[in-house]
Amino acid sequence: MNPYLPVIVILLFGLVLGSILSALARFVGPRRYQRIKSEPYECGVPTVGERDKMSVKFYLTAILFILFDIETVFMYLWATTFKELGWFGISEMLVFMLILVAGYVYVIKRGALEWD
Amino acid sequence: MRELALELWAKVDKEVLIQIVVMLVKFGVVAVGVLQIPPVMVWVERRAPAFMQRRKGPNRVGIGKFRLYGLIQSLADTVKLIWKEEVVPAGANKVMFQLAPIFAVFPAFLIASAIPFGNDFTVFGRTFSMSVIRMDVGFLFIFAISSLAVYGVSLAGWASNNKYALLGSLRASAQMISYEIPLGMSLLPIVIIYGTLDLNEIVLGQAHVWQWGIVRAPLSFMLFLICMFAETNRAPFDLAEGESELVAGFHTEYNSAKFAAFFLGEYVSMFVLGCLCSVVFFGGWQIPFVSYDLLVRLCGGYTLIASLIGAVVLLLKGAFWMWFYVWVRWTLPRFRYDQLMSLGWKFMLPVGLANIMITALWVAVARF
Repeated sequence: MNPYLPVIVILLFGLVLGSILSALARFVGPRRYQRIKSEPYECGVPTVGERDKMSVKFYLTAILFILFDIETVFMYLWATTFKELGWFGISEMLVFMLILVAGYVYVIKRGALEWD
Repeated sequence: MRELALELWAKVDKEVLIQIVVMLVKFGVVAVGVLQIPPVMVWVERRAPAFMQRRKGPNRVGIGKFRLYGLIQSLADTVKLIWKEEVVPAGANKVMFQLAPIFAVFPAFLIASAIPFGNDFTVFGRTFSMSVIRMDVGFLFIFAISSLAVYGVSLAGWASNNKYALLGSLRASAQMISYEIPLGMSLLPIVIIYGTLDLNEIVLGQAHVWQWGIVRAPLSFMLFLICMFAETNRAPFDLAEGESELVAGFHTEYNSAKFAAFFLGEYVSMFVLGCLCSVVFFGGWQIPFVSYDLLVRLCGGYTLIASLIGAVVLLLKGAFWMWFYVWVRWTLPRFRYDQLMSLGWKFMLPVGLANIMITALWVAVARF
């Protein structure tokens, strides 16, 4: 049996359960429409409703995340074969990390990791 | 008709059938168990601060004389939550608004299924594992799936068309992805030390207390502990739902059963991270000072009983971490957002890298 078969079963279960929870309120709860009630809850202040304006900082964080997360996944491959690779692997990883740290220092110097 | 059925039955591979049935039973147990976490945790989350602030907390609700320290309050709350009216805000993206709770729920079940709740057991000559999904890349699977929870958070905030929800979801997703890097780095020394990505193998490598992950890689434990709180958006890193500034954060516009779905997702991911912490740093299902062989002998050679005892031990260890979350929440004040991001990127990341290199050199000098 394929060891990843349970993943599909659980995925389906999770999707069904999530859908049930999502759909439950539509069928069980009362539904009384009022215009005021369906306004976004912004403490009574006239609503803004501009959801496509996001700070560019968040995109920068996302890009940096992609970079560093992929490095981490690379390191997992090295860590699992740590014994087989021995000192060769360690020296290679040192070089890799020096390059990574150089990039990290550059990112900090450019102020990409400043929040205000 | 009967002959056709018999013929079909003869063609079915019995071994595969047994495997599938056992898998479904295991998953049923895990799923039902996981669904019990949010009600109990909601109760703990109200009783624990009451205990710390010298008041009673919910202790009245009960069925007749049967009060159970107010635990039935959660049952009443659940029923009430489900029967509430659902309000979809005007201007919300209807499809995404419905999809977000689903994305919050299903990763929780997937990662709960990868936790090894006990050692493999043998019944009638067949060996089964105590995790629903037994795989040799358990670590990577948990990281990959737990990242999916970010979709639920960011979709929920974006679809609500509410400025507080949007800000909360942006903060939460930025925080979750930022701390995923130190989380991955903090567990890397564990992989180097135990030489495997299989979670059950890691537990087997921690037979004695002085072989536990916390003894061998204490710095990793500290990093992992901080990431545990940041990844689940819990205090002191709960900026995503800082009540005084963002109402409730990304789930401000959610109510009734959809709100319960977010609760479920949050508490289950807390529990899974707590279990992962126990598995990696505290010997998982191993009982301190009692070796697995001794346990099996005490159980009269039945590995199934030994595995079930192991599951209880792991659940107790996981329960400690659940208590720890609540404890920390009522002890530490909240961080500021720029402090949070600086801690993640400027402190945890370099320390994590240094930790990896130091561990690698130390292990290499000791072994090669």
